[in-house]
Amino acid sequence: MNTPRASAVSRAEVEDLFYREAELLDAWKLDEWLGLLTEDASYFVPPNDKPDADHRFTLFTIADDIVRLRERVIRLKDPNCHAEYPPSRTRRMISNVRVVATDGDTIAATANFVIYRFRRHAAPYVFVGHYNYQLKRQGGMLKIAERRAVLDAEELGSLGSVSFIL
Amino acid sequence: MNKHQNGHGNGRLVAESRENMTFSVNREVFVSREILEREQRTLFDQCWIYVGHDSEVRNPGDFRTRWVAGRPIIFIRGQDGTARCLINSCRHRGATVCREREGTARNFFCMYHGWTYGLDGALRGVPGEEAYPPSFDKAKMGLVAAPRFENYRDFWFLNFDPGAPELVTYLAGAKEYIDLVVDQSPSGRMEIISGTQEYDIKANWKLLVENSVDDYHLIATHTTWLNYMRNSGVNVAPPKGSGLLLPTKGLGKDLGNGHLTTDNPNFRGRPVARWISVYGEEAKADIDAIRAELVQRVGEARAARIADTNRNLVVFPNLVINDGSSVTVRNFYPVAPDHMRVTAWALGPVEETEAQRARRLHAFLTFYGPGGFATPDDVAALEAVQQGFAAWRDVQWNDLSRGMARNDDQLDTDEGHIRVFWRRWSELMETPA
Repeated sequence: MNTPRASAVSRAEVEDLFYREAELLDAWKLDEWLGLLTEDASYFVPPNDKPDADHRFTLFTIADDIVRLRERVIRLKDPNCHAEYPPSRTRRMISNVRVVATDGDTIAATANFVIYRFRRHAAPYVFVGHYNYQLKRQGGMLKIAERRAVLDAEELGSLGSVSFIL
Repeated sequence: MNKHQNGHGNGRLVAESRENMTFSVNREVFVSREILEREQRTLFDQCWIYVGHDSEVRNPGDFRTRWVAGRPIIFIRGQDGTARCLINSCRHRGATVCREREGTARNFFCMYHGWTYGLDGALRGVPGEEAYPPSFDKAKMGLVAAPRFENYRDFWFLNFDPGAPELVTYLAGAKEYIDLVVDQSPSGRMEIISGTQEYDIKANWKLLVENSVDDYHLIATHTTWLNYMRNSGVNVAPPKGSGLLLPTKGLGKDLGNGHLTTDNPNFRGRPVARWISVYGEEAKADIDAIRAELVQRVGEARAARIADTNRNLVVFPNLVINDGSSVTVRNFYPVAPDHMRVTAWALGPVEETEAQRARRLHAFLTFYGPGGFATPDDVAALEAVQQGFAAWRDVQWNDLSRGMARNDDQLDTDEGHIRVFWRRWSELMETPA
């Protein structure tokens, strides 16, 4: 990994991608959201008690390869996805965006998040944590190759399920 | 107000008539604080309650802290190699003496006044000890151990009733099904895999007992998971041609003492040892090799019993071992009548290679857990049920009569095995004075 070079990617460009992603996820435009990902993207939510672990050796909350991630989107759009029907209202606050490393076409970036999730007659669910992203430059477009959403909560507890995309 | 209208009950909360083939549970059992209080005293203080798995405290000094039956507990392996279950409360003024989730300890230090305890619970150090009167006996002031602490094949349970029967007696027919899980390991040693799923459900804890073994709800609740399996090329229809040692169809079974299980022919694949397309072509030879080892070790018939059937086992009252597309150990406690805390782990053979372990975990997350394709919908179902119970005075009874007219075995989609839980619950909670 080299130190960040301003010419490789600007923070503004990474922020634009993250804000666009947050907008699509909050609007449940999940097919469009898949368009922000590479064809071999993965999505991880590590367990609360082992936030730095490797999904091959540790039981995660979510560890999707692109195949299962696409299936997750199919599920989330289905009214039979009972945990998210009617779909939750969510609002994501993305901040502290940083480009931490670049290596050729690959960019590592981080951000903090606060995601509010609302369901009828339920107290608000507040998911707080940070993202670790691996981004790739493909045909001039910045795409998401890996996203890892790490929750700060010691246990999921009253957050219940992670039934929407963090 | 007549609490038991509709001819049900005769004053009981679990009302069964074999003659009329009716079985009803009064919804008060899911909403009443008074009943929850009695459950704590009757069920959780008198039954064998799961604490943890031997593999979680592998080396001397290894400990885990957790809540068991409403108490703060330290599950610890001493320097002498003995696993112990200590109550995490200082004998002086009550503070928990171990506040970390897990780790390796040399002693326990109470941060309030500095009392120090050994890993066996003995009180070692008391600052300013000379100020205590002669009646103060350090030897009698160690951390209190659970009155009973026993294991079956590395599953450790405690019992707060010193006079309880031995664990192996208590487990009754559940032992056979625990064996079917543990015998998947060539050395008979399973381990809890790192990574804990801890999540709350805003529902009564007994609803998760029912849900964990209820195969009737699969089609309605888990449509999206079935779609995913279909999209992945898995034949989700039950197979034909089982028999003899294997159940020919899914069954629901009474294992005695309130324990129960489903016993189903497998058609969703298993890491040990039944391949399905989601594992990928490259996994086929590996799973064949696991199968060959199993057959060589236990014979064809036993291998088929282990690898070609699934089971969702309830050890009364609150331990579930689901052995299907992966193995999950699931434990849950009431916080309030409408609120439970769930802890779930993955279990696997200690011998697994990295590839096998990765495949097991991948299979686990497809169905199970708070981010899986199925568990969140179970949670949604149980929370919807609990909301419906707000009208428990107006709509009083749950119907659990499914399958009662059947003359032969109860199916997994019947409610015969769920009735086993409720009969035991009623025996303990409603025994006439």
